[in-house]
Amino acid sequence: MDDKQLLADYRRMLLIRRFEEKLDSLFTSGVIKGTSHLYAGQEAVAVGVCAALRSNDFMTSTHRGHGHLLAKGADPKRVMAELFGKSTGYSKGRGGSQHTACAAVGFLGSNGITGGGIPIATGAALAVQMTASAPLTKDGHAGRNRAHPDAVVVCFFGEGGASIGMFHESLNMAGIWKLPIIYVCENNLYAMSVPLHEESAVQDIAHRAESYGMPGVIVDGCDYFAVARAVAEAAARARAGEGPSLLEAKTYRYYGHSKSDKREYRTREEEASWKNRDPILLLGTKLLETDVLTKDAQLQALHEVDAEVEAAVEFADNSPEPDPAAVLDEVFA
Amino acid sequence: MREMFYSHAIREAIAEEMERDPNVFLLGEDVAEYGGAFKVTQGLVGQFGKGRIRNTPICENSFVGVAVGAAMLGMRPVVDIMFQDFITLAMDQIVNHASKIHYMYGGQLSVPIVIRTPAGGGRCYGPTHSQSLEAWFMHVPGLKVAAPATAHDAKGMLKAAIRDNNPVVFVESKLLYGQKGLVPEEDYVVPLGQARVVREGEHLTLIAYSRMVGEAERAATALDREGISCEVIDLRTLAPLDLQSIADSVVKTGRAVVVEEGCLTGGVGAEVSAQIVENCFDYLNAPVQRVAALDVAVPCADALERAALPDAGKVMATVRQLMQKYG
Ligand SMILES: Cc1ncc(C[n+]2csc(CCOP(=O)(O)OP(=O)(O)O)c2C)c(N)n1
Repeated sequence: MDDKQLLADYRRMLLIRRFEEKLDSLFTSGVIKGTSHLYAGQEAVAVGVCAALRSNDFMTSTHRGHGHLLAKGADPKRVMAELFGKSTGYSKGRGGSQHTACAAVGFLGSNGITGGGIPIATGAALAVQMTASAPLTKDGHAGRNRAHPDAVVVCFFGEGGASIGMFHESLNMAGIWKLPIIYVCENNLYAMSVPLHEESAVQDIAHRAESYGMPGVIVDGCDYFAVARAVAEAAARARAGEGPSLLEAKTYRYYGHSKSDKREYRTREEEASWKNRDPILLLGTKLLETDVLTKDAQLQALHEVDAEVEAAVEFADNSPEPDPAAVLDEVFA
Repeated sequence: MREMFYSHAIREAIAEEMERDPNVFLLGEDVAEYGGAFKVTQGLVGQFGKGRIRNTPICENSFVGVAVGAAMLGMRPVVDIMFQDFITLAMDQIVNHASKIHYMYGGQLSVPIVIRTPAGGGRCYGPTHSQSLEAWFMHVPGLKVAAPATAHDAKGMLKAAIRDNNPVVFVESKLLYGQKGLVPEEDYVVPLGQARVVREGEHLTLIAYSRMVGEAERAATALDREGISCEVIDLRTLAPLDLQSIADSVVKTGRAVVVEEGCLTGGVGAEVSAQIVENCFDYLNAPVQRVAALDVAVPCADALERAALPDAGKVMATVRQLMQKYG
């Protein structure tokens, strides 16, 4: 990874953090309605994954999707506008936090159904594989779809999502068909309030990979470099036609599950111990040590990111409400 | 025109669409060498290979989800659900995902999939292999529901469904697979959303779809001899409903009986009668009646299954009563 990318990724992790902190205050003050699941604490996973991807690779996400969206290259203005329920949001205000897609960057949607994106990602990988193996038509195209033949698909889900039948069903198909997909389980230890040992009989979700004929790899989800390395390996494997991988990133969400959660199921000590290994702090320290980053540049990045978040809020605030007369638009394609 | 089995018409539609468009492929349990539980896809694997006639493991929700994801990238999957009863396992991907993705993601993505589902009883398969659940899917915005009654429509509507940019639940009738009908030689489609007047009549409109169209026709022929002239409408598509054709007929006859193989309560007939009452009240000479399956699991034993399911005889009884009271 060159210095430019490292700086950009550091900045992006900061952007996600500040975006989520801003959202927290907007929800608390009642500016935004509905609910939201914040990604703060897990930034090294989304950004580390994307460091190893190409722009035409695909991604599916979860209810906790803002970090994934921003990491994949979505415009913070339009993500914020969606959260404000405005017509300029990616989903025109219809989807909100849990239902935002950005097709232009290959982001196939955050998802309000736990585990709901897992078969969808698997199908996207099937489309990629079928496009790659399709005989070229007369005009030289392998079909008229948007799958690039050497793309990979990344599928995010939590350790809670790994309990749903679709996890088993989908990884089984991906294993049988050797699909170009990377399943990334963000194990943040709790599904809403339920701790890992009450959700799963094994404490490492990655161990389940063996049942599906794919490698299962555990990575430190606070370590941007570790995540990027593991994904680079899995992506190379997928692009070489060797099939899927399951990565498990051990990570932690800083906020409660959603805005109403008082975090009574975990201790403040546990939270503090994870914050000691904050992913942005770890990457920043490393970049300072290796002279990729200077103190000045670090401060400047923070200012820029804050300005970007403010600009997003302003854009969202000034955007028009969706037209109620258009509520029935696009029920059908 | 050729005489052709309903099942062969479906197979021909799949084969022709797969030849026409490289993005079309079929997936489901036992669809390849075995040819599907009802042999509808027999022989296709020889023509298209196992990549495009794709056997899946037994996991309805996720192979429907796989179809959804593939469709979002531009493929046009045709999903085979072995028995319509098993669609219950795939409700999440159909109801929460396929039907909503275009709308809820702001029109950025679409889900052109067809979900083929052999429905209905009459073969003594019992409670979990005989249901007609299509009414559920009319209740979900963003889904189309097609239910052809003839070989001609099965082929033409399946082609329309495969070319449609939306998810379509395609209801096939197990008992119709073995029935023959005339099918044109040339390429044709039957557009979704257009009902068909099967036979004209004066006194009453019988509104049916799928296998019940034949039962309604039989009833109409017999009732004709008793001096009751029935018009028979084949809805063909349940969503979107062709309200205009229904209204045109009911305005003319002033009486309507809706016939369906699914259960009575909350069924297709409930919606169709509500529409008739809302839109044609001034023209009605009698309350709208429904002939449907009893509100019970479809039992296995022949005698019980007959007791539970509607047929021409039950349609006739309902019509006679109606005409006696409101004739
Ligand atoms: C099918 C379904 N069941 C339950 C929920 C409610 N719910 C939303 S998120 C969540 C916990 C998910 O935990 P995990 O997958 O580990 O993700 P995390 O919230 O930790 O990021 C639950 C129970 C849901 N949205 N969908």
